[in-house]
Amino acid sequence: MQPIQVNVIIKDFEETYLFLCNSSQPIILDHMVKYSEDRLDKAFAVLSDSTRRGVLMQLGRGDTSITKLADQFHMSLAGMKKHVGILEEAGFVRTEKIGRVRTCKLGPHQLDSETAWIERYKELWNKRFDALEAVVQDLKQKREDK
Amino acid sequence: MKYQTKAERKSDREFVVSRIISGPSHLVFEAWTKPELFKRWWVPESAPMTLVSCELDVRSGGKYRLVMSFGSENMEFFGKYLEVTPGSRLVWTNDEGGEENAAVTTVTFEEIKGNTLVTVHDLYPSKEALDAAIADGSTSGMPAQLEELDQLIVNKAKL
Repeated sequence: MQPIQVNVIIKDFEETYLFLCNSSQPIILDHMVKYSEDRLDKAFAVLSDSTRRGVLMQLGRGDTSITKLADQFHMSLAGMKKHVGILEEAGFVRTEKIGRVRTCKLGPHQLDSETAWIERYKELWNKRFDALEAVVQDLKQKREDK
Repeated sequence: MKYQTKAERKSDREFVVSRIISGPSHLVFEAWTKPELFKRWWVPESAPMTLVSCELDVRSGGKYRLVMSFGSENMEFFGKYLEVTPGSRLVWTNDEGGEENAAVTTVTFEEIKGNTLVTVHDLYPSKEALDAAIADGSTSGMPAQLEELDQLIVNKAKL
C-alpha cells in the first residue's frame, strides 16, 4: 500500500524536476532538515510558471544574459527582467553585471528531491486523513443515533 | 478541529507519517479494517486514480489486495497482515515491489482524550530500498505524483 506509480508523462515538469534533482549545484539540504513552509510555498509559486522553469533549464546548460533569454523565450527585455527578478529573489538564480551585460547563472537554492517527495507524500496522507476523519465522524454520528 | 499531518524520515530505513483524528480509536480502527469504510478514504477524491477493488482479510496472517486504476492502467498492491490488535495496532507487509524492497507498515492508534493519534511507520529492508522508493517517487517512476506535485504547486501559487 505504498504510493502510486503510472506512466503519464508531464514532460516539461519532469525535465525541470530531474534537472533540479541532478544539478551539480550544491544541494543544500540534508534530508533531516525541514524546509520552512514559507520557503516551500515561495519556491512552488516561483516554479509554477513555465517560462521560469524554462529559464532554469536553460541556465542548467550554461550562463547567459537577460537579452539572450528574452530572445530565446520571445519576450520583451522588461518581461524577462521581471521573471529573472522573481527567480533571483527566491535564490534560484544569481545575476552579475559585467560591463553593460547582466549575466544570469544558477543560484544557491535547489529544491531538494527528497524534501519535495516528502512534501508530496505528506500532502497525499493529509488528504487521506481528511477523508478518514470524515468517515470516523460519520460512524460516530450513526452510533450516537442508535 | 483539524490537526496537522506530520511526515518525516526518521532514519535510513524508516519513514513516519502521523496525525490526530477526532474520534475514539475503535472507530478509527474500524475505518482501517472494514473494506466498505476503507474504500471511502484510502484514495482521496482529488487523486488521479480510483480504487477498483479492495479485499482485506484483517487477521494475523490474512492477506489484502487492492486494485487501483489510473486511466486505462490497473495496478495491484498486496501483502499480508502480520499483526492485528483491535483498536491499537496493525502491521502489514507491502509485497508488490518484490522482496528486496518490501517495506513493513506498522500503524498504531493511541487514544488521547477521545481523539486518536494515528502513526504510520514504514520500515524498509535497507537504506537503499528507502532511497530507491524516494528516488522513484521523485523522478521518472512516479509521474502520477509529479502530476500531483504540479497540482500542489498550482494550488499553492494561487494562495
